[in-house]
Amino acid sequence: MSGVHLVWQAAAVMVGSGVVGLVYKGLDRKLAARMQARVGPPLRQPFLDLGKLLMKETVVPRDAVGWLFSAMPFLAAVASFTALLYLPWGPFPPILRGYGDAVLVLYLLAVPALAMALGGFASGSPLATVGGQREIVMLMSYEFPLAVALVGVVWRLRALEVGPAFSLATISANPLWTAVGPLGVFGLAILLGCLLVVTPAELSKIPFDIPEAETEIAGGLMVEYSGTYLALFYLADAVKTVAMAALVVTLFIPYGIAAPLGVKGVGGQVLDVAFFLVKVFVVMFAAVTTVRVAMARFKVDQVVRGFWLQITAAAVAGLVLLVLDKAVMG
Amino acid sequence: MGLSSFKRALWVFHVATGSCNGCDIEIVAALTPRYDVERFGIKLVGSPRHADVLLVTGPVTRMMAERLKRVYAQTPDPKAVVVVGGCGSTSGVFYESYNVVGPVDQVIPVDVYVPGCPPRPEAIIDGVVKAVAKLERVAAGEKA
Repeated sequence: MSGVHLVWQAAAVMVGSGVVGLVYKGLDRKLAARMQARVGPPLRQPFLDLGKLLMKETVVPRDAVGWLFSAMPFLAAVASFTALLYLPWGPFPPILRGYGDAVLVLYLLAVPALAMALGGFASGSPLATVGGQREIVMLMSYEFPLAVALVGVVWRLRALEVGPAFSLATISANPLWTAVGPLGVFGLAILLGCLLVVTPAELSKIPFDIPEAETEIAGGLMVEYSGTYLALFYLADAVKTVAMAALVVTLFIPYGIAAPLGVKGVGGQVLDVAFFLVKVFVVMFAAVTTVRVAMARFKVDQVVRGFWLQITAAAVAGLVLLVLDKAVMG
Repeated sequence: MGLSSFKRALWVFHVATGSCNGCDIEIVAALTPRYDVERFGIKLVGSPRHADVLLVTGPVTRMMAERLKRVYAQTPDPKAVVVVGGCGSTSGVFYESYNVVGPVDQVIPVDVYVPGCPPRPEAIIDGVVKAVAKLERVAAGEKA
């Protein structure tokens, strides 16, 4: 593949995912409002918010470590966008395939959280420091079940010998549900459930919004950020939501719609991309929107205990079921 | 963009400077499904750094005056101040009280007054929308 081609595709994915992320954020807010019997903001509200934030003054507090405070919003946005380049988009394999696999995507998804925590520590506000500590504690608690879910899928895929198992292109090209026995289906369902619980934590959404917790620590990590820097974090959050939902879709529901319907060529590809976006939306709606409307915020010790004991136990049980399935199926 | 972006995306920070909670409850009432200010893009935020409009309630007690000034300074430009309630507008029942330095316009510049004890949520929304006019003026001034 030529370099120009690569740049062109990467730009398309980045702009597309930015737009999709903001539209989905609008849908999320609208649907949450409807569930609370409110009218809710217009769909384009995230675009308006972003436009307004870019108009505002950007303050760097006197107590802040200036360069770190200023660099972190860019790091968060860049990492979120980069993660998308390693994820397959419906019928299209990842743009940077061959340069990184599923493990790299996990790391890239952790970078925005780390960037927010570092930016919070650098801002010199005690509220942001508390938020940063909470973010790091949460990161340590949800990364393990997330890794177990990924490893479960990859391990079973490796046993099928269909190619490099850690490659997201391989994962999305070989849906596991039909390749495993009943035990394996059960195990995969458990892993999917665990991943759906991890999703709002990864995105710091209610009930896992403890690092931001507006009512106790005044926005936590974000407390000192304003203007352009806040806009970058806003954009990073929108894009990371798409990336995380796309990862869930790739791992567990990588089905296309064009082939069963018998649509071929460009029409089929368009249909598949549209179906992929619908799947991403369904994952976001199920794991983020409904959950954040239905629940209140957890305490940080409840989150850590829940992820380290219950959710990890469930994920390991899913993994064991996959192993047993392999033993039975041979 | 510019002017219209404030019209449809106002982030509001609430400062209570010693109010009796009457006005504060009415501000929260404006967020409820009945009034739902989010449909106008108005959002209550947790930090003055994120805010476009400061909603100030209460008569400004001696202890709060310095904090109010600091919160005003922390809010990034362009910004507007809306005083909610009779105490903040005129000192109300706390007029000439020994521990009150208000009304609010004695401490920080005020753009819109919303009188009432407490004002209705409709009046608060109206006040916030009027504050947009000030933000527009500032944004236009920066361009010229």
